[in-house]
Amino acid sequence: MNVLNYIDAFFSDSAHWQGYDGIPTRLAEHIQYTLEALAIAAAVGLPVGLLTGHTGRGGNILALIATAGRALPSFGLMVLMFVLLGLGLAPVMIPLVVLAIPPILVTTYEAMRSVDPAPVDAARGMGMAETEVLFRVELPVALPLILSGLRSAAIQIVSTATIAAYVSFGGLGRYIVDGLYQRDYEKVVGGATLVAALALVTLGVFWAAGRLSVSRGVRRA
Amino acid sequence: MSELFDMPSDLQHSYLGLVMLHLREALLPVLFGLLVALPLAQLCVRLRWLYPPVLWITTVLYAIPSLAFFVILIDYTGQSELTVMIPLGVYSLVVLVPAIVDAVRSVPQETLAAATAMGFGPVRRYVQVQLPIAAPAIIAGLRVASVSSISLVSVGMLIGNQGALGNLLNSGMIYNQERLIWLSVVGTAVLAILVDAALIGVRILLTPWMPRGTRKNTPTLTAKAAAR
Amino acid sequence: MIRIDSVTKRYPDGTVAVDRLSLEIPDRSITVLVGPSGCGKTTTLRMINRMVEPTEGTITLDGVDIMKQPVNTLRRSMGYVIQNAGLFQHRTIIDNIATVPRMLGWGKDKARARAGELMERVGLDSALAKRYPYQLSGGQQQRVGVARALAADPPVLLMDEPFSAVDPIVRKGLQDELLRIQEELGKTIVFVTHDIDEAVKLGTMVAVMRTGGHLAQFAPPAELLTDPADAFVEDFLGADRGIRRLSFFPSAGLELLTAPIVAVDATAEQIAARATGDAPYLLVTDLDGKPLGWAEPGELTAGEIRQDQLLACGRPFVAGKESLRAALDCAVLSPTGWAVAVDGEGRAAGVVSQQTIGEAIRGAHAERRADGKTDGKKDSRDSKGSKKDGTTEKAAR
Repeated sequence: MNVLNYIDAFFSDSAHWQGYDGIPTRLAEHIQYTLEALAIAAAVGLPVGLLTGHTGRGGNILALIATAGRALPSFGLMVLMFVLLGLGLAPVMIPLVVLAIPPILVTTYEAMRSVDPAPVDAARGMGMAETEVLFRVELPVALPLILSGLRSAAIQIVSTATIAAYVSFGGLGRYIVDGLYQRDYEKVVGGATLVAALALVTLGVFWAAGRLSVSRGVRRA
Repeated sequence: MSELFDMPSDLQHSYLGLVMLHLREALLPVLFGLLVALPLAQLCVRLRWLYPPVLWITTVLYAIPSLAFFVILIDYTGQSELTVMIPLGVYSLVVLVPAIVDAVRSVPQETLAAATAMGFGPVRRYVQVQLPIAAPAIIAGLRVASVSSISLVSVGMLIGNQGALGNLLNSGMIYNQERLIWLSVVGTAVLAILVDAALIGVRILLTPWMPRGTRKNTPTLTAKAAAR
Repeated sequence: MIRIDSVTKRYPDGTVAVDRLSLEIPDRSITVLVGPSGCGKTTTLRMINRMVEPTEGTITLDGVDIMKQPVNTLRRSMGYVIQNAGLFQHRTIIDNIATVPRMLGWGKDKARARAGELMERVGLDSALAKRYPYQLSGGQQQRVGVARALAADPPVLLMDEPFSAVDPIVRKGLQDELLRIQEELGKTIVFVTHDIDEAVKLGTMVAVMRTGGHLAQFAPPAELLTDPADAFVEDFLGADRGIRRLSFFPSAGLELLTAPIVAVDATAEQIAARATGDAPYLLVTDLDGKPLGWAEPGELTAGEIRQDQLLACGRPFVAGKESLRAALDCAVLSPTGWAVAVDGEGRAAGVVSQQTIGEAIRGAHAERRADGKTDGKKDSRDSKGSKKDGTTEKAAR
């Protein structure tokens, strides 16, 4: 019950709700960085994944990228970037993006590959242009899996951005890292709660996006 | 002073010692996860209604950032190795359960029916038919769990230097030694790749009946693993 | 007309899927490409809408080389139906069917109205319009596939093993439906199957292909059964081809005996009068004239005829409408050796013996020979060529 008391104390302290180190500011920072990193990673991963998945070429290279992407230690990479590039946005954004690309890229590729070839054949046979085949036939069916790739990327970014506080990055991780340093456990637990809540909200957002954008025929099939 | 692998004495380990510590902190939880996941997955296969809620819980647990998980545990298990290993065990568990359930479910009904018709009991059928056929997918799950576990151990540095090779990151910052940071990053990555390769080797040994280059046969499983 | 002119498909690895194939596909009829797997039948079909591009040779549609027009325009002018239908699982049934009209720029309402008409035409309940493919059975999905191919009213329909993934009963239903639709619409249909019975049932013309992409024989089904070009075709046709061929002989000319039929309320005089000796049995009908069963005249007592005294008469054949095969089948299955013919309403129209049917078969053969083996439906030029080969081979044997 200890943890609950800490959480309660953290959130009832009005000092935590305002100013430079206030919850709204830190939350906004965290969300902003997450969205930026996700947008960049998606801008790279989605088109490449869609194209390679559509043509079926490059699967082996993508498998290699997936393994390499997972093997890279995110925290270490971040510290290394910080040491090499100094203070700033780049040393944090680079690892975040690098980590987010493989799940998006590989899942999109696999999602496109797992589309039933029969409707694709039928679509070509009835005279659809290749772009129409990609966007009107393959993509709607591959969408749930593609969304799951984006979801894992987003969650990974939320999680890794927390650790980035160690290399003087903003966001919710500040509470945890500062709290640990100051031996202020109330702050640590408060920050952890916020980060976990943000991760769950991310899950919820992707769940809702799936409900809205995925056809009922695909969801149930 | 700087021989390549020299360590600051406050780490109380040689480089090799840190590597071994890292492996232990990363892989013990995976082993634990596997031991719990196998019966749990079998339960989910048996009781179909159980799987959707289990899947929900695993997705939610997996979403919780590691650092948040660590620090909340500090109140119960202190700034210890155990605090790092518990979340890693949970992550492994939640990667492995769906992987095993999907794998066991993908064993063709005819194969199971044939085994039953030949007089296999449920236990024998599970051990001799279902598990071997599910092995490649289980190992795919193990690869994801092990590699991400190896990467995440480093974060343990933040909770009182419990991050094995990750501790080198802090030392590197404190002592302004870029070399130590490189040692940490490269060491962790190499460790991850070696463990991954070892698991691929195990799969090839365990499944001589599979044709070469079979990852193409299980695109959805691979994709699910990749999405984790 | 679709004309395939010495077309070869060779893949980069050297495999030859189709080897110098020439074929003239007549308009407004069903041409079936049939053969074992690897005979190039699907490749041939897919070359017609350029899903596969020929290595050599030309294919013309109404005299125009298909390579000379934009590929998607060509494909939109041809309906395409494949195995398992290949429906778009993210679209409702009605939107699946409306796909090509929408691509051709029709408005949404017009396309959907058209799709609705087609659902009716292929025998789908309009309640299914808003369903998704996963909610339909395999047979229903295949009907949607056919409707989708017909949506823009293309003159040509390409069908690649469309019915091979459904069970035999559903398949028969789909085949009958296709024949009915074809009677109404008169499309030029190219149909690929590996099932020779399906080929014989559906085809106006049947092209039998053999492994390596060679044409073994191109002929109307009746001629195929009578006169297979070579041992391969004969073997592919399988056993009983004599019996199966009878499907193409009408039963109209059969001489039916109407004398040995009595109603169940017949008087002793009527029974006596009907027992003329032409047939050893009398057929008893109910008061509507529908057949009940057979009995020997001596066994019947007026006013006391009971169903359980009678020998079952089995399934009768419809006189004039069904073939000699159906008539022979009835006679063979009947315990008396006599077949019962009925009219369209199921009332007994007469009875006929195995012997009479046998004579009719012999007569029909003789008539065919006198006609010079032509069948009216067939395109004589192509089949003559292949038949010549067949005869020489037979002579050699």
